[in-house]
Amino acid sequence: MSAKAYGTSSLPLEYQSEQSRMNILGFWIFLGAEIVLFATLFGVYGVLYERYAGGPTHQDIIMIREVMIQTMLLLTSSFTCGVAIHEMRRGSLKGLLTWLVITLLLGAGFLYMEINEFMHYVHEGATMQTSAFLSSFFVLLGTHGLHVTFGILWAIMVIIQLLQRGLTPVTARKTFIIGLYWHFLDVVWIFIFTFVYLKGMVS
Amino acid sequence: MSRFPIGHVLGFLFSLLLTFAAAGIALKTSLSFKTIMWIIGGLAVVQAGLQLTMFMHVNEGEDRHSQWINILYGVFLAVIIVAGSIWVMSFGGTHSH
Repeated sequence: MSAKAYGTSSLPLEYQSEQSRMNILGFWIFLGAEIVLFATLFGVYGVLYERYAGGPTHQDIIMIREVMIQTMLLLTSSFTCGVAIHEMRRGSLKGLLTWLVITLLLGAGFLYMEINEFMHYVHEGATMQTSAFLSSFFVLLGTHGLHVTFGILWAIMVIIQLLQRGLTPVTARKTFIIGLYWHFLDVVWIFIFTFVYLKGMVS
Repeated sequence: MSRFPIGHVLGFLFSLLLTFAAAGIALKTSLSFKTIMWIIGGLAVVQAGLQLTMFMHVNEGEDRHSQWINILYGVFLAVIIVAGSIWVMSFGGTHSH
Protein backbone atom coordinates (compact mmCIF):
# COMPACT_ATOMS: atom_id res chain seq x y z
CA MET A 1 0.00 0.00 0.00
CA SER A 2 1.46 3.34 -0.96
CA ALA A 3 1.68 6.19 1.53
CA LYS A 4 -0.95 8.12 -0.40
CA ALA A 5 -3.52 5.34 -0.19
CA TYR A 6 -4.22 5.33 3.53
CA GLY A 7 -7.46 6.79 4.78
CA THR A 8 -7.64 9.06 7.79
CA SER A 9 -8.97 6.27 10.00
CA SER A 10 -5.84 4.12 9.53
CA LEU A 11 -3.63 6.88 10.88
CA PRO A 12 -2.53 6.75 14.54
CA LEU A 13 -4.87 8.65 16.85
CA GLU A 14 -2.51 11.63 17.22
CA TYR A 15 -2.46 12.33 13.44
CA GLN A 16 -6.22 12.11 12.83
CA SER A 17 -7.21 15.77 12.77
CA GLU A 18 -5.71 18.55 10.69
CA GLN A 19 -5.27 20.51 13.93
CA SER A 20 -3.22 17.69 15.50
CA ARG A 21 -1.03 17.34 12.42
CA MET A 22 -0.36 21.09 12.52
CA ASN A 23 0.42 20.93 16.26
CA ILE A 24 2.93 18.12 15.71
CA LEU A 25 4.60 19.91 12.79
CA GLY A 26 4.66 23.08 14.89
CA PHE A 27 6.38 21.22 17.67
CA TRP A 28 9.05 19.98 15.27
CA ILE A 29 9.67 23.61 14.31
CA PHE A 30 9.97 24.48 18.02
CA LEU A 31 12.54 21.68 18.38
CA GLY A 32 14.50 23.27 15.52
CA ALA A 33 14.63 26.48 17.58
CA GLU A 34 15.69 24.46 20.63
CA ILE A 35 18.61 23.03 18.62
CA VAL A 36 19.74 26.61 17.96
CA LEU A 37 19.29 27.59 21.64
CA PHE A 38 21.51 24.74 22.78
CA ALA A 39 23.96 25.42 19.93
CA THR A 40 24.59 28.93 21.31
CA LEU A 41 25.33 27.44 24.75
CA PHE A 42 27.60 24.75 23.25
CA GLY A 43 29.33 27.50 21.27
CA VAL A 44 30.02 29.55 24.41
CA TYR A 45 31.23 26.45 26.23
CA GLY A 46 33.45 25.47 23.29
CA VAL A 47 35.11 28.90 23.37
CA LEU A 48 35.56 29.07 27.16
CA TYR A 49 36.18 25.47 28.16
CA GLU A 50 39.89 25.93 28.92
CA ARG A 51 39.54 29.28 30.72
CA TYR A 52 40.05 27.88 34.22
CA ALA A 53 41.20 31.20 35.78
CA GLY A 54 43.34 29.25 38.25
CA GLY A 55 40.29 27.28 39.42
CA PRO A 56 39.55 23.57 39.07
CA THR A 57 39.87 21.85 35.67
CA HIS A 58 37.67 19.11 34.20
CA GLN A 59 39.83 16.34 35.61
CA ASP A 60 39.68 17.93 39.07
CA ILE A 61 35.91 17.83 39.36
CA ILE A 62 34.22 15.45 36.88
CA MET A 63 32.90 12.27 38.50
CA ILE A 64 32.73 10.06 35.42
CA ARG A 65 31.05 7.11 37.18
CA GLU A 66 28.11 9.28 38.27
CA VAL A 67 27.93 10.81 34.79
CA MET A 68 27.73 7.33 33.22
CA ILE A 69 24.83 6.47 35.55
CA GLN A 70 23.04 9.73 34.63
CA THR A 71 23.56 8.89 30.95
CA MET A 72 22.08 5.41 31.42
CA LEU A 73 19.07 6.80 33.33
CA LEU A 74 18.24 9.34 30.63
CA LEU A 75 18.91 6.95 27.74
CA THR A 76 16.70 4.28 29.33
CA SER A 77 13.98 6.86 29.98
CA SER A 78 14.05 7.82 26.30
CA PHE A 79 13.56 4.14 25.45
CA THR A 80 10.69 3.65 27.95
CA CYS A 81 9.06 6.82 26.58
CA GLY A 82 9.23 5.27 23.10
CA VAL A 83 7.60 2.11 24.45
CA ALA A 84 4.87 4.28 26.03
CA ILE A 85 4.02 5.72 22.60
CA HIS A 86 4.09 2.19 21.17
CA GLU A 87 1.55 1.12 23.82
CA MET A 88 -0.58 4.17 23.03
CA ARG A 89 -0.71 3.12 19.37
CA ARG A 90 -1.83 -0.34 20.41
CA GLY A 91 -4.72 1.41 22.15
CA SER A 92 -3.55 0.40 25.62
CA LEU A 93 -4.11 3.26 28.08
CA LYS A 94 -2.82 1.13 30.96
CA GLY A 95 0.40 0.26 29.10
CA LEU A 96 0.88 3.90 28.11
CA LEU A 97 0.46 5.16 31.68
CA THR A 98 2.72 2.43 33.13
CA TRP A 99 5.59 3.20 30.77
CA LEU A 100 5.09 6.97 31.14
CA VAL A 101 5.38 6.69 34.93
CA ILE A 102 8.55 4.56 34.56
CA THR A 103 9.91 7.24 32.21
CA LEU A 104 9.25 9.96 34.77
CA LEU A 105 10.83 7.97 37.61
CA LEU A 106 13.99 7.53 35.52
CA GLY A 107 13.90 11.25 34.66
CA ALA A 108 13.53 12.13 38.34
CA GLY A 109 16.48 9.83 39.14
CA PHE A 110 18.55 11.66 36.54
CA LEU A 111 17.59 15.02 38.02
CA TYR A 112 18.36 13.89 41.58
CA MET A 113 21.85 12.78 40.50
CA GLU A 114 22.49 15.98 38.56
CA ILE A 115 21.50 18.18 41.52
CA ASN A 116 23.78 16.10 43.78
CA GLU A 117 26.56 16.50 41.22
CA PHE A 118 26.15 20.30 41.20
CA MET A 119 26.10 20.44 45.02
CA HIS A 120 29.28 18.36 45.09
CA TYR A 121 31.00 20.78 42.70
CA VAL A 122 29.95 23.79 44.78
CA HIS A 123 31.30 22.13 47.95
CA GLU A 124 34.58 21.61 46.10
CA GLY A 125 34.70 25.34 45.44
CA ALA A 126 33.68 25.02 41.76
CA THR A 127 30.84 27.53 41.41
CA MET A 128 29.42 29.55 38.52
CA GLN A 129 31.56 32.50 39.67
CA THR A 130 34.84 30.58 39.81
CA SER A 131 35.88 30.72 36.15
CA ALA A 132 34.62 31.25 32.61
CA PHE A 133 34.84 27.48 32.12
CA LEU A 134 32.52 26.84 35.07
CA SER A 135 30.12 29.68 34.14
CA SER A 136 29.58 28.21 30.67
CA PHE A 137 29.51 24.67 32.12
CA PHE A 138 26.77 25.43 34.64
CA VAL A 139 24.71 27.47 32.15
CA LEU A 140 24.76 24.67 29.54
CA LEU A 141 24.11 21.86 32.04
CA GLY A 142 21.60 23.94 34.02
CA THR A 143 19.58 24.81 30.92
CA HIS A 144 19.33 21.12 30.07
CA GLY A 145 18.40 20.26 33.68
CA LEU A 146 15.70 22.94 33.68
CA HIS A 147 14.30 21.43 30.48
CA VAL A 148 14.15 18.01 32.16
CA THR A 149 12.41 19.55 35.20
CA PHE A 150 9.88 21.25 32.96
CA GLY A 151 9.39 18.02 30.99
CA ILE A 152 8.56 16.09 34.17
CA LEU A 153 5.98 18.69 35.27
CA TRP A 154 4.49 18.82 31.77
CA ALA A 155 4.25 15.01 31.55
CA ILE A 156 2.50 14.88 34.95
CA MET A 157 -0.15 17.26 33.61
CA VAL A 158 -0.58 15.11 30.49
CA ILE A 159 -0.94 12.00 32.69
CA ILE A 160 -3.69 13.76 34.69
CA GLN A 161 -5.55 14.51 31.44
CA LEU A 162 -5.13 10.90 30.29
CA LEU A 163 -6.63 9.71 33.59
CA GLN A 164 -9.55 12.15 33.29
CA ARG A 165 -10.36 11.82 29.58
CA GLY A 166 -8.81 8.54 28.44
CA LEU A 167 -7.24 8.11 25.00
CA THR A 168 -8.77 10.62 22.57
CA PRO A 169 -7.27 12.19 19.44
CA VAL A 170 -6.45 15.26 21.58
CA THR A 171 -4.82 13.49 24.55
CA ALA A 172 -2.97 11.17 22.13
CA ARG A 173 -1.57 14.20 20.32
CA LYS A 174 -0.49 15.81 23.62
CA THR A 175 1.18 12.58 24.71
CA PHE A 176 2.98 12.21 21.39
CA ILE A 177 4.31 15.78 21.64
CA ILE A 178 5.64 15.41 25.22
CA GLY A 179 7.27 12.20 23.92
CA LEU A 180 9.05 14.16 21.17
CA TYR A 181 10.23 16.68 23.77
CA TRP A 182 11.53 13.94 26.06
CA HIS A 183 13.50 12.20 23.28
CA PHE A 184 14.92 15.57 22.27
CA LEU A 185 16.30 16.10 25.79
CA ASP A 186 18.11 12.77 25.50
CA VAL A 187 19.56 13.86 22.14
CA VAL A 188 20.90 17.05 23.78
CA TRP A 189 22.36 14.93 26.60
CA ILE A 190 24.25 12.74 24.08
CA PHE A 191 26.10 15.89 22.99
CA ILE A 192 26.68 17.09 26.57
CA PHE A 193 28.02 13.64 27.47
CA THR A 194 30.33 13.65 24.44
CA PHE A 195 31.49 17.26 24.20
CA VAL A 196 31.51 18.24 27.89
CA TYR A 197 32.24 15.12 29.95
CA LEU A 198 34.16 12.79 27.61
CA LYS A 199 36.04 15.68 25.99
CA GLY A 200 36.90 17.01 29.46
CA MET A 201 38.30 13.64 30.51
CA VAL A 202 40.43 13.37 27.34
CA SER A 203 41.97 16.84 27.18
CA MET B 1 0.51 -3.37 15.50
CA SER B 2 2.75 -5.96 17.10
CA ARG B 3 2.86 -6.33 20.84
CA PHE B 4 6.65 -6.28 21.08
CA PRO B 5 8.26 -2.88 20.26
CA ILE B 6 11.13 -4.40 18.27
CA GLY B 7 12.19 -1.09 16.68
CA HIS B 8 12.49 0.59 20.05
CA VAL B 9 14.43 -2.30 21.58
CA LEU B 10 16.88 -2.28 18.66
CA GLY B 11 17.25 1.50 18.91
CA PHE B 12 17.94 1.19 22.64
CA LEU B 13 20.55 -1.56 22.16
CA PHE B 14 22.33 0.42 19.42
CA SER B 15 22.27 3.55 21.62
CA LEU B 16 23.82 1.62 24.53
CA LEU B 17 26.47 0.21 22.21
CA LEU B 18 27.32 3.68 20.84
CA THR B 19 27.45 5.22 24.35
CA PHE B 20 29.80 2.56 25.70
CA ALA B 21 31.92 2.66 22.53
CA ALA B 22 32.33 6.44 22.91
CA ALA B 23 33.17 6.13 26.62
CA GLY B 24 35.63 3.30 25.96
CA ILE B 25 37.41 5.19 23.17
CA ALA B 26 37.59 8.40 25.21
CA LEU B 27 38.63 6.90 28.54
CA LYS B 28 40.55 3.70 27.73
CA THR B 29 42.56 4.40 24.57
CA SER B 30 45.64 6.58 24.08
CA LEU B 31 44.74 7.93 20.64
CA SER B 32 45.39 11.63 19.99
CA PHE B 33 42.88 14.20 21.27
CA LYS B 34 41.87 15.13 17.74
CA THR B 35 41.29 11.53 16.64
CA ILE B 36 39.23 10.75 19.74
CA MET B 37 37.08 13.86 19.29
CA TRP B 38 36.34 13.04 15.65
CA ILE B 39 35.40 9.47 16.50
CA ILE B 40 33.19 10.19 19.54
CA GLY B 41 31.66 13.24 17.79
CA GLY B 42 30.73 10.96 14.89
CA LEU B 43 29.25 8.39 17.27
CA ALA B 44 27.15 11.15 18.92
CA VAL B 45 25.75 12.24 15.54
CA VAL B 46 24.90 8.61 14.66
CA GLN B 47 23.12 8.17 18.01
CA ALA B 48 21.16 11.40 17.53
CA GLY B 49 20.06 10.14 14.10
CA LEU B 50 19.03 6.85 15.69
CA GLN B 51 16.85 8.65 18.25
CA LEU B 52 15.26 10.76 15.52
CA THR B 53 14.37 7.86 13.26
CA MET B 54 13.71 5.01 15.72
CA PHE B 55 12.23 6.84 18.75
CA MET B 56 10.84 10.13 17.41
CA HIS B 57 9.09 8.76 14.28
CA VAL B 58 10.51 11.60 12.16
CA ASN B 59 9.85 9.59 8.99
CA GLU B 60 6.11 9.28 9.44
CA GLY B 61 3.17 11.61 8.86
CA GLU B 62 2.44 13.63 5.75
CA ASP B 63 4.78 16.41 6.94
CA ARG B 64 7.91 14.22 7.18
CA HIS B 65 9.74 16.19 4.49
CA SER B 66 9.09 19.48 6.30
CA GLN B 67 10.18 17.85 9.57
CA TRP B 68 13.46 16.71 8.05
CA ILE B 69 14.15 20.04 6.33
CA ASN B 70 13.46 21.88 9.58
CA ILE B 71 15.71 19.61 11.69
CA LEU B 72 18.52 19.63 9.12
CA TYR B 73 18.34 23.44 8.97
CA GLY B 74 18.55 23.52 12.80
CA VAL B 75 21.62 21.26 12.65
CA PHE B 76 23.14 23.46 9.90
CA LEU B 77 22.71 26.54 12.13
CA ALA B 78 24.10 24.65 15.13
CA VAL B 79 27.27 23.71 13.24
CA ILE B 80 27.75 27.31 12.02
CA ILE B 81 27.18 28.72 15.53
CA VAL B 82 29.44 26.28 17.38
CA ALA B 83 32.25 25.86 14.83
CA GLY B 84 32.08 29.55 13.85
CA SER B 85 32.32 30.76 17.45
CA ILE B 86 35.25 28.52 18.27
CA TRP B 87 37.00 29.40 15.00
CA VAL B 88 36.61 33.17 15.26
CA MET B 89 37.58 33.22 18.96
CA SER B 90 40.74 31.23 18.29
CA PHE B 91 42.51 34.24 16.71
CA GLY B 92 45.07 36.25 18.68
CA GLY B 93 44.81 33.89 21.61
CA THR B 94 48.37 34.07 22.94
CA HIS B 95 47.24 35.28 26.36
CA SER B 96 45.42 32.74 28.46
CA HIS B 97 42.92 34.19 30.88
